[in-house]
Amino acid sequence: MRTLRYQRPEGVEAAVSAVNATPGARYLGGGTNLVDLMKLGVETPDLLVDVSGLPHHDIEELPGGGVRIGAAVRNSDLAADPLVRTRYPVVSQALLAGASDQLRNVATVGGNLLQRTRCLYFQDAGKPCNKRAPGTGCPAIEGVHRNLAILGASPHCVATHPSDLAVALAALDAQVLVEGGTGPREIPLTELHRLPGDRPERDTVLEHGDLITHVRLPAAPEAVNSAYRKARDRASFAFALSSVGAALEVRDGLVHRVRLALGGVAPKPWRARAAEERLRGAPATPEAFTRAVEAELSVAEPLRDNAFKVPLTRHLAVRVLCDLAGRAGGPR
Amino acid sequence: MRVSFTVNGRRHEADDVWEGESLLFVLRERLGLPGSKNACEQGECGSCTVRLDGEVVCACLVAAGQAQGREVRTVEGLADGAGPPGGLAPIQQAFVDAGAVQCGFCTPGLLVTADALLERQPSPSDADIREALSGNLCRCTGYEKILDAVRLAAARSAAGAAPTAPGPEAPPAPRSEPEPGE
Ligand SMILES: Cc1cc2nc3c(=O)[nH]c(=O)nc-3n(C[C@H](O)[C@H](O)[C@H](O)COP(=O)(O)OP(=O)(O)OC[C@H]3O[C@@H](n4cnc5c(N)ncnc54)[C@H](O)[C@@H]3O)c2cc1C
Ligand code: SF4
Ligand code: FES
Ligand code: FES
Repeated sequence: MRTLRYQRPEGVEAAVSAVNATPGARYLGGGTNLVDLMKLGVETPDLLVDVSGLPHHDIEELPGGGVRIGAAVRNSDLAADPLVRTRYPVVSQALLAGASDQLRNVATVGGNLLQRTRCLYFQDAGKPCNKRAPGTGCPAIEGVHRNLAILGASPHCVATHPSDLAVALAALDAQVLVEGGTGPREIPLTELHRLPGDRPERDTVLEHGDLITHVRLPAAPEAVNSAYRKARDRASFAFALSSVGAALEVRDGLVHRVRLALGGVAPKPWRARAAEERLRGAPATPEAFTRAVEAELSVAEPLRDNAFKVPLTRHLAVRVLCDLAGRAGGPR
Repeated sequence: MRVSFTVNGRRHEADDVWEGESLLFVLRERLGLPGSKNACEQGECGSCTVRLDGEVVCACLVAAGQAQGREVRTVEGLADGAGPPGGLAPIQQAFVDAGAVQCGFCTPGLLVTADALLERQPSPSDADIREALSGNLCRCTGYEKILDAVRLAAARSAAGAAPTAPGPEAPPAPRSEPEPGE
């Protein structure tokens, strides 16, 4: 049997130096992704540094209206938090749209953001896959890719990032607080995950040893009017085919503030900046929402079997914006 | 490594646990508690559902070391304190009476999940039941009888008695109470 060590470090410093000192080490959050991938032989760490017990369990209100969330906060606790539910309902809704009670009860914020793709070939250690084994090819491009990317992919990898939470956080301009041994730093969530390009094995900009300690949500008054909507193959407990996180403030019939991010369609949570830009100052009507979302999706490059995601995402995004604008109408 | 934790009120220790082992493996193969089932081993089916410090979790995705010092409740412990020894917990009796069991593979996980639901929400709506049980898959029953069973257990507990359960309905025992005879 492979040698594997398990450690519960006393504090952040001990955790970071343990992983920094061991190339095959992995942080362990709730384990719902890592333990799974270890069983599949996709991950073969020789040291597990359990960070679920580090003192990152708090959800704190910040002066000025933001909120700081510890990386070890469980998905179920974050979803239920009264502050988050009232100020950032999109976060709570995104979490509850993901996984099951059993999984949310152990999954952590840090682990959720760093979960790996659900691409079937990635999860099958016997298959080629550029993300898992660089240079072996991407069988998904010609193979099973119904659930994979329409935006931001490359000829080397067309995987999607599966996190629902990350989509909500991208819409909110969350900051990710990281400790890597050279002092703390902050990374905007929208820059945490990478597009694959020719290095699909690197999901994020983090380096080995970088520990996520917190996520900070900036104050965003429009986020009280926010929502997350997810289309999937069954009504509950399935990954997104497409999802939308949005926040909207309308003044005198015009879009005053808007935030829009798409999930299940790209290798990273997709902040729809082109749509947002078109919407600012535009009338809050289904027609304007449709035009803006279409502009965002005009760069989509669907694969053979996932072109359905383009209209699906358009409908979903327009629907969510219409609901937030408090209007009837829009596509069904 | 050695892992010690409480299972159904009893202190257990398991030696020579491989660090990558799941809590489910330790329960089934090292502690002789095969009630929690291993079906998908990937968090998808809920057959391995146990309570960890009171919360439902998929034991197949909890690393053994993460259970250290914690309190686990498995399906084997459901009936503890629910009536005379050897009797069934109300939720178990309701599954029997409603015909909610076919091959039975999903049943232990569903019982643990449903029991946790009724503990926090004694009269759940149908939507609550569906959402709470959405992490538990069943390939046989089509779920209708499972929903019936949960409704039945809720109705019986609201009526203050479970007519077909042996003995009078006792209030649920505190979850940390040691097993009688230990
Ligand atoms: C059946 C199933 C269905 C699911 N459905 C959904 C869904 O619909 N939507 C969704 O969003 N998710 C879904 N998930 C995924 C689930 O949300 C993730 O597995 C979970 O959030 C990961 O969190 P964790 O704490 O368990 O991570 P772990 O498995 O512990 O870790 C995941 C990765 O993050 C790293 N890591 C963990 N914590 C830190 C940290 N603080 N700093 C740096 N690195 C860290 C680990 O090294 C590992 O690489 C599903 C999972 C399963 C098994
Ligand atoms: S899409 Fe990415 S993860 Fe899937 S097989 Fe291709 S390279 Fe691997
Ligand atoms: S065996 Fe754990 S969820 Fe299926
Ligand atoms: S009774 Fe057979 S899986 Fe549910």
